[in-house]
Amino acid sequence: MAISVDEAVPAPPVPDDARRARRRGGTGRAVVEVALLTVVAVAMLFPVLWMLETSIKEGQDIYAVPAKLFGFDVTLDHYKDVFVAPGGGRSDLSVALLNSVVVAGSSTVLATLLGVPAGWAYSRFTLKGEKDQLFFILSTRFMPPVVVVIPIFLMYRSLGLIDTQLGLILIYTAFNVPFTIWMMKGFVDEVPSEYEDAAMLDGYTRLQAFWRFTLPLLVPGIAATAVFALIFSWNEFVYAIFLTSSQEVRTAPPAIAGLIGGSTVDWGLVAASAVVFALPVLVFAYMVRKHLVAGVTLGAVRR
Amino acid sequence: MGTVTAHGLRKSFGEVRALDGVTLEVPDGAFFVVLGPSGAGKTTTLRAIAGLERLDAGSVHLDGRDATGDTPAARDLAMVFQSYALYPRKTVYENIASPLRARSTPADEIGAGVERVAGLLHIERLLQRRPAQLSGGEMQRVALARALVRRPRAFLMDEPLTNLDLKLRVEMRTELTRIHRTLGGTFLYVTNDQVEALSMADQIAVLREGAVQQVGTPTEVYERPANQWVAGFVGSPRISLLACHAEGDRLVGAEGWTLPRPRWTTAEDGRPLVLGLRAEDLSVEQRGDAALPGEIYGLEPLGDRTLVDVKVGAEMLKVKARPTVTGKPGERLSVSVDLDRAHVFDADTGLALSEAGR
Repeated sequence: MAISVDEAVPAPPVPDDARRARRRGGTGRAVVEVALLTVVAVAMLFPVLWMLETSIKEGQDIYAVPAKLFGFDVTLDHYKDVFVAPGGGRSDLSVALLNSVVVAGSSTVLATLLGVPAGWAYSRFTLKGEKDQLFFILSTRFMPPVVVVIPIFLMYRSLGLIDTQLGLILIYTAFNVPFTIWMMKGFVDEVPSEYEDAAMLDGYTRLQAFWRFTLPLLVPGIAATAVFALIFSWNEFVYAIFLTSSQEVRTAPPAIAGLIGGSTVDWGLVAASAVVFALPVLVFAYMVRKHLVAGVTLGAVRR
Repeated sequence: MGTVTAHGLRKSFGEVRALDGVTLEVPDGAFFVVLGPSGAGKTTTLRAIAGLERLDAGSVHLDGRDATGDTPAARDLAMVFQSYALYPRKTVYENIASPLRARSTPADEIGAGVERVAGLLHIERLLQRRPAQLSGGEMQRVALARALVRRPRAFLMDEPLTNLDLKLRVEMRTELTRIHRTLGGTFLYVTNDQVEALSMADQIAVLREGAVQQVGTPTEVYERPANQWVAGFVGSPRISLLACHAEGDRLVGAEGWTLPRPRWTTAEDGRPLVLGLRAEDLSVEQRGDAALPGEIYGLEPLGDRTLVDVKVGAEMLKVKARPTVTGKPGERLSVSVDLDRAHVFDADTGLALSEAGR
């Protein structure tokens, strides 16, 4: 039976009586459950909370012993410092954040533009050595970046790509394309090829059939894949710190890391820039969360 | 309008040989059915004709013109898929309009075309719905409508009734025959249901393991099966097959029985043969001399008739009898045989013996 990608998302589970009864089964057990989950939640959320607090504390409150969890003076100076240089004008950090937006955004767009048609092709056509090709594509992701960063550094040096945004965009795209191809191949597999067959008999060309009939059904999958690619590029640190050095090119991760070190560390600024850096991804993931869930659970539902 | 000729189609999927030289000639305006069990290559044949499958060898001619290398769009065919393949995001109206839109038909013609075909299939009230809101039978009609909205060279139908329940299937059979009569046009229809084939077809091609076994009218395929396999596949209840050989003017069964040898059997004495007897050509009532001794194995009352399973030695005969027939398992009886309607096959090749003079 044909189902669309939207329909493939399971409805939120309805709490049935049986399950509720089992949950209630022992009040003692429920208490233990809640207690353990609370411990986990506190352990996970404390660093985030501490980061948020530090970013809005006055300088002396940050260093206060014992630490002031409550009742400190709230200030937004650190956030101002993230964006505005001490002497006025744009700060180095704001430039770095902008660079991150450009590099992560471009590499995600490029990876999607290349990976979606490739994933479609791998799904729809029988190719010579298809499995080997796919394995090779995936194998480029086997090694951690640290392992290949030196050869890439040398290649980039002879190509003049060191310390350029283009260089970062290219390397992030290269890392995201295999991921995109694999994800998209899975999503395209889920869309019956008969829609395209029917469209071709209707009188459309193969590409029109893909564009008009399959692509709209892939939007949730593309959104999910692009978010993952974006998060990877946004967070990437190793290539960024090896391949770029100047303030004008540097992305946010190495720039924020650069705040630590030196004789004094402005922890308020570090915390504020970390918050600013984390926020876009959180907001973006929240906006597309419906598609993300669709993307992650899609493979679980068989036609 | 349209003739479809497929010549020597060959196609393998990896190690699996799906088509092994399929040749079909579909005359203009025919209701041509390709009949075969699942895995016989029926769908592959249809997809090859539609241009959806690249062939290893063979050619497809449409209206006498070589279309082997043409894109599906250029072949000017319409197809109904077994899964219907209705576009899930589009309304029924847009689904039906799709073939017209793809060929940039003027807007007023699209409206008129969709209305006409919606009326023909009684789906006017569904036009604004989406496929997910349709029942199986309704989806089926929409899929048909999408094919019928244009006047292509030929309509290809891939087991369109398989996913329907029995009642709807019977209804749609009549409906399809009516549509074919009303609209005219060439229908190439694939099915594994012999009742569909026998009831709707002008011509049937029986397909097995990627090769055509026999082409003929429903009567020819049923009355004069080209080989033992076709005889066994077409007809319900299944034809009863008995091992035997000829001896002078008699047929002698492996189970010890003898029957007068049908005049037209040409096999030399002693060569292993298979006698094929359909249930309706056998009778538990006394008629003529030709009879087989056996014992009742079981009764299968079907309302309008009763099938009697008769054991002849180790072999089983299915005999069609009046619904009033009685008998107990183990009871001995003799089964009259209408030898003029019997089929004799060569046991080694499975081919029907020539029936000259019949």
